[in-house]
Amino acid sequence: MSAVLESHDHSHDHHGPAKGWRRWVYTTNHKDIGTLYLWFSFIMFLTGGCMALVIRAELFEPGLQIVEPEFFNQMTTMHGLIMVFGAVMPAFVGLANWLIPMMIGAPDMALPRMNNLSFWILPFAFALLLSTLFMEEGAPNFGWTFYAPLSTTYAPSTVTYFIFGVHIMGASSIMGAINIIATILNLRTPQMTLMKMPLFVWTWLITAYLLIAVMPVLAGVVTMMLMDIHFGTSFFSAAGGGDPVLFQHVFWFFGHPEVYIMILPAFGIVSQIIPTFSRKKLFGYTSMVYATSSIAFLSFIVWAHHMFTVGMPLAGELFFMYATMLIAVPTGVKVFNWVATMFKGALTFETPMLYAVAFVVLFTIGGFSGLMLAIAPVDFQYHDTYFVVAHFHYVLVPGAIFGIFAGVYYWLPKWCGNMYDEKLGKLHFWLSFVGMNMTFFPMHFVGLAGMPRRIPDYALQFADFNQIASVGAFIFGTTQLLFLFIVIKTIVSGKKATAEVWDNPEGLEWTIPSPAPYHTFSTPPDVK
Amino acid sequence: MSEKLPGNKKPMNPVKLLAVVLGMFCFGFLLVPIYDVICDVTGLNGKTGDQYVVSERPAVDETRWVTVQFTTSNNADMPWEFSPSEVKMKVRPGEMHGTYFVAKNNTNQRMVAQAVPSVAPFSVAQYFHKTECFCFNQQVLEPGESVEMPLKFFVDADIPDRVSKLTLSYTLFNLPEVAAN
Repeated sequence: MSAVLESHDHSHDHHGPAKGWRRWVYTTNHKDIGTLYLWFSFIMFLTGGCMALVIRAELFEPGLQIVEPEFFNQMTTMHGLIMVFGAVMPAFVGLANWLIPMMIGAPDMALPRMNNLSFWILPFAFALLLSTLFMEEGAPNFGWTFYAPLSTTYAPSTVTYFIFGVHIMGASSIMGAINIIATILNLRTPQMTLMKMPLFVWTWLITAYLLIAVMPVLAGVVTMMLMDIHFGTSFFSAAGGGDPVLFQHVFWFFGHPEVYIMILPAFGIVSQIIPTFSRKKLFGYTSMVYATSSIAFLSFIVWAHHMFTVGMPLAGELFFMYATMLIAVPTGVKVFNWVATMFKGALTFETPMLYAVAFVVLFTIGGFSGLMLAIAPVDFQYHDTYFVVAHFHYVLVPGAIFGIFAGVYYWLPKWCGNMYDEKLGKLHFWLSFVGMNMTFFPMHFVGLAGMPRRIPDYALQFADFNQIASVGAFIFGTTQLLFLFIVIKTIVSGKKATAEVWDNPEGLEWTIPSPAPYHTFSTPPDVK
Repeated sequence: MSEKLPGNKKPMNPVKLLAVVLGMFCFGFLLVPIYDVICDVTGLNGKTGDQYVVSERPAVDETRWVTVQFTTSNNADMPWEFSPSEVKMKVRPGEMHGTYFVAKNNTNQRMVAQAVPSVAPFSVAQYFHKTECFCFNQQVLEPGESVEMPLKFFVDADIPDRVSKLTLSYTLFNLPEVAAN
């Protein structure tokens, strides 16, 4: 016992990290865990990206060239699952780990050991999921939305690996969310009231509540699948008195808040960046907080707009249509606030700002196509076409992913103490911007013309737009290797960054030196 | 730690959040009965009720006719012959009627089937009452065996005037797991 105490005392003497692999496996430091999350998410981003390129390569020409239809279905399924659960969500958790304690003046996350656990179960979840690619029956092939009975009665046997993978990544997200809520509510520096918190902290607080509300429902729905497949229940099987439509209701009750989980933290990032490069305070801070809360609330009552075509009664179609359109109001408040922040500001366009401005413009395009899809009568035409694919990629790629890029460029100098190469950063932005629009904009047109999603072949008249999209996808995809190069170059050989990094940015994280010391804010700082 | 918090509030206990998580996990499962109850009460989804027990002889509306059509279909891997004995009947609302459906197992093995009913338009499902139906039980047929399966029903006299026709459709599901036991 005394030996344990001694070694405990010893570790208090030096405050640096442990050496070698032990540092990363045993770490309870929020900065280390944030770094782990971000690298993990980048590996998943490239993995899911390669799958997207398989899809786009197959769709370069009509007819079947490169892959079998079965494998194509596995690619669309795995691409979706990996990007949603492996790339976007862990990236935001990584940013939260790095930034929230530094932004609220806390020494670390509230539950550091759970923090370690919630990261380290993730690689196992994705190893389970990805291992199915090498199995005889192949990976899950029923789409990332895994509708029953495709994912139950007609699923490959590997669906069980998928189910346990989802259970584990769900547990990871829930632990991460609990940790973030506890940190924000309990560890703020004394003078920081809720309405003084940076918006990134606010949006993450709301996101974390969404996570603990809906990830258990996801765990529930995959558990029901597991029971239907292996234990003879009939939740989703009509033969036994169940109903496949019930699956869609439960899934989208999770699924719709999930899409806001993937965008709200990006709203927060952009709300930090735009004021810095406009050299003005954020316009309408309070309305931003209320708008984010309203979006989060509304996300719980709009789920059936994903399933207008299942045969809902008219009253249901109308309710979900109007409720969905209502979301445009708080979202509009946010967009106008960002624009008003930039209005008459002393704007400069460093890489984070370029990504933030592109976020505002392109996310708004995605929002508008979402409004089109919300109109129930026309959704019967758009449902399951490439228009839907264009819509959700416009909110996720220039929305979530550009938001993450913006955040990484903005805070990277604080994390590693070196400035990134501005020229290369801008090149990365413009190649991503062009590549992304080239990929997804033509999808609007082929979608409206009736090209269905998740099909490896298509009618001849869609060939031109699909070729443009495929070329754009390869530009966007290879550009991300440049991002990897930029980040590594910054870490190993960038110019030294100052503590403030930018021109008078707001926030506690800029009051500590760059790179941020291993332990920060051991005593709570003062805020005005 | 409490002195650290703004306004001297007590710190939040994270275990409370675990209760939210457990609660929402249960809520996910609770959605199943909620969904069934909503479908039963409103008749959404064309779901018909379970066996209807008539306490007293229902009043018959002699002033109008409702046509009831019968259709059948087989789910994906169901090889039986399955058809209604008559494709439609004209009935008075409130009047009790009977008909039967025919099923034949053409395969060379013993099979078990379950028929699942659905009424269209969905909004009138709640006015269609089955007092006896083969869909309340599983059907077991030996190789080559055929069976006449009875249905007794009446249309509720409260059915809205605008409805003059409704369709009762049965889908027959194969239950190989049940047959194996």
